[in-house]
Amino acid sequence: MRDVAIIGVGCTEFGELWDKSFRELFVEAGISAIEDAGIQGGKIDALYVGNMSGGRFIEQEHIGSLIADYAGLASLNIPSTRVEAACASGGLALRQGIIAVASGYHDIVIAGGAEKMTDVDAETTTDALAAAADREWEGVMGATFPGLYAMIARLHMHRYGTTSEQLASVAVKNHHNGMMNPKAQFQHEISIEAVLNSVMVADPLHVFDCSPISDGASAVVLAPAEVARKYTDTPVYVKASAQASGTLSLHDRRDITTLDATVVAAKKAYNMANVTPSDIDFAEVHDCFTIAEICAIEDLGFVRKGDGGKASQEGMTAIGGKIPINTSGGLKACGHPVGATGVKQAVEITMQLRGEAGKRQVDGAEIGLTHNVGGSGGTAVIHIFGRER
Amino acid sequence: MSVPRFWRRLKNLYNLIGTQCKKCGEYHYPPRTICPKCRRSSLIVPYKFKGLGEVLTYTIVHSAAKDYAKHTPYILAIIRLDEGPSLTSQVICDHADIHIGMKVKSTFRKLGEESEKGMIYYGTKFVPLATPPRKD
Amino acid sequence: MNVGIVSYGAYIPRFRIKIEEISKVWGDNASSIAEGLMVFEKSVPDMDEDTITIAVEAARHAINRAGVNPERIEAIFTGSESHPYAVKPTSTVVAEAIGATPSLTAADFQFACKAGTAAIQACLGMADSGMIDLGMAIGSDVSQGAPGDALEYTAAAGGVAYIIGKDKLVAKIESTYSYTTDTPDFWRREGMPYPEHGGRFTGEPAYFKHVTSAASTLMNKMGTKPSDYNYAIFHQPNGKFPTRVAKMLGFSSEQIKPGLVVPRLGNTYSGSCMMGLAATLDIAKPGDRILMTAFGSGAGSDSFSISVTDRIEEVRNGAPSVEQLLANPIYIDYARYAKHKGKIKL
Repeated sequence: MRDVAIIGVGCTEFGELWDKSFRELFVEAGISAIEDAGIQGGKIDALYVGNMSGGRFIEQEHIGSLIADYAGLASLNIPSTRVEAACASGGLALRQGIIAVASGYHDIVIAGGAEKMTDVDAETTTDALAAAADREWEGVMGATFPGLYAMIARLHMHRYGTTSEQLASVAVKNHHNGMMNPKAQFQHEISIEAVLNSVMVADPLHVFDCSPISDGASAVVLAPAEVARKYTDTPVYVKASAQASGTLSLHDRRDITTLDATVVAAKKAYNMANVTPSDIDFAEVHDCFTIAEICAIEDLGFVRKGDGGKASQEGMTAIGGKIPINTSGGLKACGHPVGATGVKQAVEITMQLRGEAGKRQVDGAEIGLTHNVGGSGGTAVIHIFGRER
Repeated sequence: MSVPRFWRRLKNLYNLIGTQCKKCGEYHYPPRTICPKCRRSSLIVPYKFKGLGEVLTYTIVHSAAKDYAKHTPYILAIIRLDEGPSLTSQVICDHADIHIGMKVKSTFRKLGEESEKGMIYYGTKFVPLATPPRKD
Repeated sequence: MNVGIVSYGAYIPRFRIKIEEISKVWGDNASSIAEGLMVFEKSVPDMDEDTITIAVEAARHAINRAGVNPERIEAIFTGSESHPYAVKPTSTVVAEAIGATPSLTAADFQFACKAGTAAIQACLGMADSGMIDLGMAIGSDVSQGAPGDALEYTAAAGGVAYIIGKDKLVAKIESTYSYTTDTPDFWRREGMPYPEHGGRFTGEPAYFKHVTSAASTLMNKMGTKPSDYNYAIFHQPNGKFPTRVAKMLGFSSEQIKPGLVVPRLGNTYSGSCMMGLAATLDIAKPGDRILMTAFGSGAGSDSFSISVTDRIEEVRNGAPSVEQLLANPIYIDYARYAKHKGKIKL
């Protein structure tokens, strides 16, 4: 197995991008990643693209071929593979790319993710996202995605005394971070009161507790670590890539408030990178809902189970806090074009480790972690990156 | 869900028919063809649940997908059946009464319909065991 | 006939709307309507309840009350004027939901408010002839009244299921007689959401003519008289009609009292008379005799002479009584009622 490095990153702006199509978005992200890496298209050995639901959102399957073709790579006939694990599709595409380079099968690989969610109405989007849960035993009973996470939140509040204000503090913090990210969907502050007064989606989650519906794409260029410095002065090294599965349905979990997939993937990742949670300087975690970030920082071992709400409220996860979480604005404020999210997290970590994160730069960032979840916790993908090999 | 897909599960949804592994005694709802404990040595038989359980957690859904939009707000819950497994369903009661730990029993309700022209889906939801004071 | 009722079960949705809540929408005088109809509130189905769900709940109560093995049920007939499907039986859903499939026959009946008692008669014949072991006859409705129509004050929701057979009877059905003519007093055309009715024509030539003819002919044939019965139930589209018809036939107000559920329930159409019988069985003693006469527009009357057995005491508490089902209602306003009844088009 070879060590792997990120030698280039690219990301479109996230948001309601009415004038841009799916293929245009991916090409934009891919081109900027390649330009960032300073490589020629002919160097690319393989493409991996995370995409949750082209079939539902744009009535398009066979995304791998589409992307290779419109990236102008059709004449090179390189392998191009679509990867799907609901909202973890991007993180998983990244992991497939890393495995391909690490194994020696390929040298230069583009791992990207893209989703175009705004071409259909909101009810269709809700239904397409609900397909990440168990259609036969959750969806048919009227379960929505916010509904599932709301049930996690309800039990978390009941068991640990977590409050709506603590949930809201996650949204407030991520909006604050998003304000400093020119690619973010929301670049404005919100207040605790604004969250609490916003429309209820699934009690106790308000609309401002939820990540938005977004369009966007992101991509990274991967290369063997030993040659990374040929392409860039600031390679970012992949120290761990871990993935775990949990039950598809929330109701089958050992504990409703714990994503076992996250716990197990984190343990594997920490072992692989030979670090502990306290060694992580900052992280991009899967905050599809405010409660998801609270569970994530607990399940990743940054705080004790049950302390996530309090830690968020007290500023532990803010930039400048003990462990800055979601400096990009997270899914909540940066936006959540489902398939793109997992790769965008790696883009953010790379920019931070390179010291290119501008106003939201984390001082002394050496080791960063990404955490990408599919569904209500059926899949978790965790990566750890470092400035040093 | 399409008609054949619903039809295949209809007995389970109507009558809370899941499975039991005779090897380890574990009950499953939804039904499973392989016991997660015993895997290839599992001895799976159908089992009809009594329909009694307790609310493990819940939410009140205000914004739903198309087929359920006219039913909002409704209570979505995870219910732990007396026999052990948990399932996702709706609880029919006053929204002020729902709470974690509430004892519930099964009832037969419409789950949804495809459209005014389409198939109507029926299945099991839950009502509080205690109120109204009805003897079942 | 040596056949009768093996068990019975009822179901009533928890929601109610009061007459004054409806009358204030249409500018009617609530007290004159309520007193005139002798109906003060009516049941309303939940958003996810319909004739099928009500039929299933009633059928399950009937199964549970006497501990009947559902596999013994070899016929299910559901009478309703509000089957959710124009084509596709209600009875097959009931059969599956009580675990009676696949060895049985099933069909849906339609004869305005007497479709359920027609189903009882079909089961009686089949059980008595030995063609089936047990039969289940259900009357279930989420009846519709057009907004502003007089029917809106009474059209209610509820259902009752009777298991008919030859052994372990809670009540023997001694005899039955039906009186049927083509009398178009009430109808609903295919594809139309609400029924039409002949106003006062539904009274004299329809309801009163058919109910009195059926009941008096049955008593003549059997050689019984009103005083031979402890209780009587007549179809109750409102409180006034059954009260008046009882008087015409020579029954006292005491005899019809336990079965007169309409003032607190409204007209449950196919379930109406059968609900009255269920409420009466809830309080009847072994040896009591009951005369039940249903009426369905279009028009016909089914009359039954029933005698209660000792077994009633054993099974009575195995399922909720009509009184328990009427208890703890949730009162709703007209807006919520309109939403529940699909009067608001989404």
